Formats: sequence, structure tokens, C-alpha cells
Amino acid sequence: MNRRLGVTLFSLMLASTASAEAPTATDIDALEARIRALEASSVALQTQTAEALAALAQARQQIAVLQAIPTPPATSEVAVVDAGAASSANAFNPAISIILNGGYAHHSLDPADYALAGFALAGEGGPGAQGLSLGESEISFAANIDEKFYGQVTLAVESEDGEDGIGVEEAYIESTALPDGFTARAGRFFSNIGYLNTHHAHTDAFSDRPLVYQALLGNQYADDGVQLRWIAPTDFYLELGGEVMRGEAFPSGGAANAGAGVRTLFAHAGGDVGDAHSWLAGVSVLDASTEAGEDGFSGDNRLYIADFTWKWAPNGNTRDGGLTLRSEYLRDQRDGRFIDTEQGMDEVWEGRRDGAYVEGVWRINRQWDAGYRYDRLRADDHGPYASDVDPVRHNLMLTWRNSEFSLIRLQYSHDEPAPDLRDNAISLQYQAALGAHGAHKF
Amino acid sequence: MPIRPLLLLCLVLCALPASAKIRVFACEPEWAALVTELAGDAVDLDVATSALQDVHQIEAKPSLIAKLRRADLLVCSGGGLEAGWLPQLIRQAGNARVASGNGAFMAVAQVSTLERPSQLDRAAGDVHPEGNPHIQMDPHRVLQVAKALALRLQQVDPANNAIYIRRLGDFGTRWSAAILRWQERAAPLRGRNIVVHHKSWVYLEEWLGLKEVGALEAKPGVPPTSAHLSSLVATTQGSNTLAIVRAAYQDAKASHWLSERTSVPAVSLPLTVGGDERSQDLFGLFDSTIDLLLGAAK
Repeated sequence: MNRRLGVTLFSLMLASTASAEAPTATDIDALEARIRALEASSVALQTQTAEALAALAQARQQIAVLQAIPTPPATSEVAVVDAGAASSANAFNPAISIILNGGYAHHSLDPADYALAGFALAGEGGPGAQGLSLGESEISFAANIDEKFYGQVTLAVESEDGEDGIGVEEAYIESTALPDGFTARAGRFFSNIGYLNTHHAHTDAFSDRPLVYQALLGNQYADDGVQLRWIAPTDFYLELGGEVMRGEAFPSGGAANAGAGVRTLFAHAGGDVGDAHSWLAGVSVLDASTEAGEDGFSGDNRLYIADFTWKWAPNGNTRDGGLTLRSEYLRDQRDGRFIDTEQGMDEVWEGRRDGAYVEGVWRINRQWDAGYRYDRLRADDHGPYASDVDPVRHNLMLTWRNSEFSLIRLQYSHDEPAPDLRDNAISLQYQAALGAHGAHKF
Repeated sequence: MPIRPLLLLCLVLCALPASAKIRVFACEPEWAALVTELAGDAVDLDVATSALQDVHQIEAKPSLIAKLRRADLLVCSGGGLEAGWLPQLIRQAGNARVASGNGAFMAVAQVSTLERPSQLDRAAGDVHPEGNPHIQMDPHRVLQVAKALALRLQQVDPANNAIYIRRLGDFGTRWSAAILRWQERAAPLRGRNIVVHHKSWVYLEEWLGLKEVGALEAKPGVPPTSAHLSSLVATTQGSNTLAIVRAAYQDAKASHWLSERTSVPAVSLPLTVGGDERSQDLFGLFDSTIDLLLGAAK
């Protein structure tokens, strides 16, 4: 009886252990995995501890080094000034820069009778006003928007026939955090083609733009669009980029191609030759689909620009003396039609026109500049603006600067814009910069 | 269309091998020299300006944009000294590493400054709201900047931590000893008056106990006028005037004019590394400056 009970109990026990604890293959795998995980985390902990100890040792060494540097007694009391800047609601206001510009001009030829043989006067092109007038005065706001964007707005005062208006000259945002030398921009801005086109007029050496800019870019090409540019990681300066623009402004018009009528490509390169010489050169192309441009053109037009700047200044101190030589060549190609509904004209316009300027500015000292500029255009001998005579102009200027913020400029121009037209112009211009004044481009 | 060659060029240039060393862009020679003290040849170093250039008036040259494009760390005076060109370089270089944060090191921000204007008005000339930024002529401030710069180098380039610590310790020890030596040598200069060209010397004056009694520029950044120079003759002639001091890059005419009329010697001081033969490094800069002033005292 007892024996049978014992056997039964034993077999029951065996059965229970067999059913509950016999280790299956998956159980073993799971256990092994857990052990491996524990081992791994212990190794990780060890490395972390070692790293922390190393960092601590380094920090200790660093403190020891800093403490070991004896601090010699100061010979006089250092005036400790509070480094904290004033905090106020205005602290984050954008930098505001105001340019005041104006003056007096006398033209021997009434500006209303002015014409440029072979070219239309479009955009802001053409001679300035006769007599006293307000020039291109503008106000500009600029600031970093956040850690990825910078923004700038420039509003310009425009006077036309006694009517004052405020125009948006530039309004764009620009990336500040793209990697590898890329910068993107969107909004309204001066296209990065050529040299002068990217520069605000108040940085010019002469009081008006070269004839070729007036004739082929309407003084300066700004439009709504997007821009991408890239600086190469090279020893010398190399910038490549392109834009897609709306195509509303001259030399385009009509915002063709579904509001993307203009495409540009540009390349600029530059560098130094010793301490005293610097150069900048570029080639650009503007490719436009135009519908009813300001000069009556509809079709495809293309503009090529080559620009070159050379600056020499003793030891590179360009504000105290030296010479700047600059030249730009522009070539305009048309393939389309000339349509003037008022005159009932509709004819083929195919052809090429070009022009250039060469200028030299002598920086006499920090206060005085003198310069000469030669303007030349080449008209087309056929097409709607056909002309056998090419416009030519000579300009002389003398500038006095009281400081880097104010100047007065005297300029004399002898202009032969068309066969029977002569304009001798003398102008006296003032220009001043108020407020935050951003650094200028080269 | 010329798009394809441009893309090809981009591909070739983008694939240029990256150097293992970090690149440092120093605005002025004194900070370049400090980087050399702290980093030796562990970094590649570009210097934007020379001792013969007026750092207030540099242009945003293409060559400088190219250098900044590749930099990992920018070391400049700050405090508005480079306001006429550095912001333009940063905007054009497309290099977010140095636009702000750890990659942008400004020496003036590491120390207290003198001559903070209580009123900001351009009628007072080229004034800096952050105070006088020409801090490099006070060796105590240079040491403060060195400590901060070594830490910044470690943050930007942790792989070379050990080098920067070791070199900071070495530089700090030699520099501290040199300060004591210079102070001893310059003791006879204490209490003497000087007339300066531009207000570049306030930190040197404070350190050595010199007293500035006049400036050839009536207002900072405005070139000297003959009327203003004439008004300085009487002050300069005072018996205690040591010298008429200008920096190596400044035009000698104005100080010579005043020197001839007052028989106070006109002295050209290096102001930064490279400003004269002896100023090959920061130690030479101070050796030369003090000896030139002592020479005028004889």
C-alpha cells in the first residue's frame, strides 16, 4: 500500500516536473538572448564609465592648466562695464538704413526731347530730371528672421510728373543655413547678373547708370523670383548660380511662360594679386520669353553680360587711395515680333544690339574721388529701332566725401544719343546714409 | 545652354577631398598669431588683413569670401570693428558654420571694454556702441581671450583637445612671465602723456599708465584737419609729452607735421603682429612697442 502510494507520488512528481519545467528550445534561446543583452549593456556601461572618467580627467587637466597660468597683477583697476545689452521691445527691430539722394541737374537738351538712337527708353532709363529734384531716396529694413532665414525690404521714393509714390524695390528672404556654400533667395530682388545690376545705385561711382544699362536693362533689372547660388570651396572666389524670375520687368514683360518668363545663369570669379590688387570678373546670361515688353517686343530675347573689375590700392587700403577700373559688355538678341497696337504695327524683330562702358575712378584720398566713364552703344541697322548712328557719351565726375556716410558729387556728361541730338549735362548730387549702414559688396 | 558644363564643374569641385585639419579664418593678424600660439600647425589658418591695412576700412573682397567659405572657425575682434565688411562676407560666403554660434569667436566679447559711449550719434564720428574694440594692446585681456579661444578651439575640434590644452598651458606660462617683464621695463613710461593718431591705444595707456592728451583725428575715423592739428600744438608742447603715436598703417604726414612744430618725437608703433620687423609674433609685438616708447623717452 505504502509502496504503491510512494510510486504513484513519485510518478506524479515526475509528470509534474516534466510538464511544467522541461526546457524547450525557445526558452533556451530567450535566456541566451537575455544573457547576451545583459552582457552587452554591461560592456556599454563600462565604456561609458571609461569615457566619463576620461572626460573628467581632461576637465581636471584643463582646470589645472588654467589655474597654473599665473595671473600677473594688473597695474591699474580695470573698469568693469556691464556687458548685458539693454533689453526692450525694440531690441529685435530690424536694422534700418535710409539713403537720401537728390540734387540739381542742368541739361542743354530738354529731357522730354531725349531719344536714344536704336533703342527704346524703357524702365528707369533716360536722362534724369531738369533742375532741382529728389533722386532715388530709399529706406531699407534688414534682419535675421530666425536661425535659417534673413530678410530684407527696400522701399524707394519715386517721383513722376509731380506725383510721389513708394515702390517696393526689393523684398526677399534668404537662407542662412544651407550647407556646402549654397544660398537660396525668394521674393523681389535685383538679379545677380553682371556687376552693377546687383548693386544699389547709392554704391555707384557716377550719379547715373551707364547708357548700356539704361538701354538694355531699363537702368537695373529687378523682378519677382527665386535664386540659388553656390560658392565653390576653392582658393580663389568662384560663384555659380541661377534664377527663375516672373518676367514682368524690362527687358522682359508680360510674365510669360505661366509667370516664369525669365531664367538667368551667372558665374563670378575673383581673387587677389598680392596685397595691392583685387579683381572680379563674371559672365551672365538672361533668357526671356516676353509678351508685349515695354519696347513693343514679343518673343524670345536673350542678354549676355561680361563684367570685369580691377582695383589697385597701396597695401589694399582702397578707401585711402588707388584706382578702380571697370567695364561691362552687354549684348541683346531678339527673335520675335515688334507689335505697336496704337500705330497698328506688327513686324518681325530679329537682330542683335550691344553696348559697353569703361570707367576709371581714381581715389585721391579718403575724401576725394575723380573718375571718367565712356559709354557706347551699337544700334541695329534693321528692325523697328534701326539706326545707322551709334549713341556715345563721355562722363567726368568729382566726388567729395565728408565721411563714409555722406558725399557730394559733381558730374559733367557730353551725350550724343541720336543723330541730331547733343546733351551737355552738369549735375550736383548729394547722397547720405542714415542709421544702420550695411557693409557694401566689393 | 551652358548648364551642363556648370554642373560638371560643380561635381568636380564638390568632390574635392576634405582636409582633416579645421580651417580658421582670422580677421586680424593679432588673433591669427594667438591661434598659432594655441594650435600650432593643428589648424589651417587664413588671415584676412595685414598690419599695413586699416581694419575699419577693408572691402568685402572676393578672395576673403573664398577663404570664409571654407572656414570652420572665425576669430575676429568683433565689437563693430569689422562692421564695414564682415557681415557682407558672411552673407555671401554661404557658410553656416561661421555665421553664428560656436564657429564665430569674437575677442571683444570675452573681455570688458573701455570707452563705451553713453550717447550714440554719428556726429561724434565712428563710435562703437560696444566700446573701443582695439583690445589687443592690453596683454591681460589677450590672456583672457587666449583662455576663451582655447576652449572654443576644443569645442570646434574635439579631436585635438589635448593639443589645445597643452599649448594654452605653455603659452599662458610664457605670457604671464612676459607681462611681468614688460611691466618692469615700461615702468619709466608711467604717468607720461601721449598724443595719438586714432584712439587705438586706450588699452595700452590703461595698462602702462600713459595719459592720452590729444588725438590727431578730431573725431574717430575722421581724417586729421590742419585746423585741428594747429589746436594740438600747445597741448603737445607740454613738458611731459612722450610721443605722438600712430599705427604702422596710418599716414605719417599729420604726426610729422605736429612733431616738427613741437619737437615731440613722432613714433610709429606696430599695433598688430607684422607691424614692424620685430613684431613677428605676439611677444615681439609687445617687446617692440615698449622699446619704441622707451626710445622716445630718451
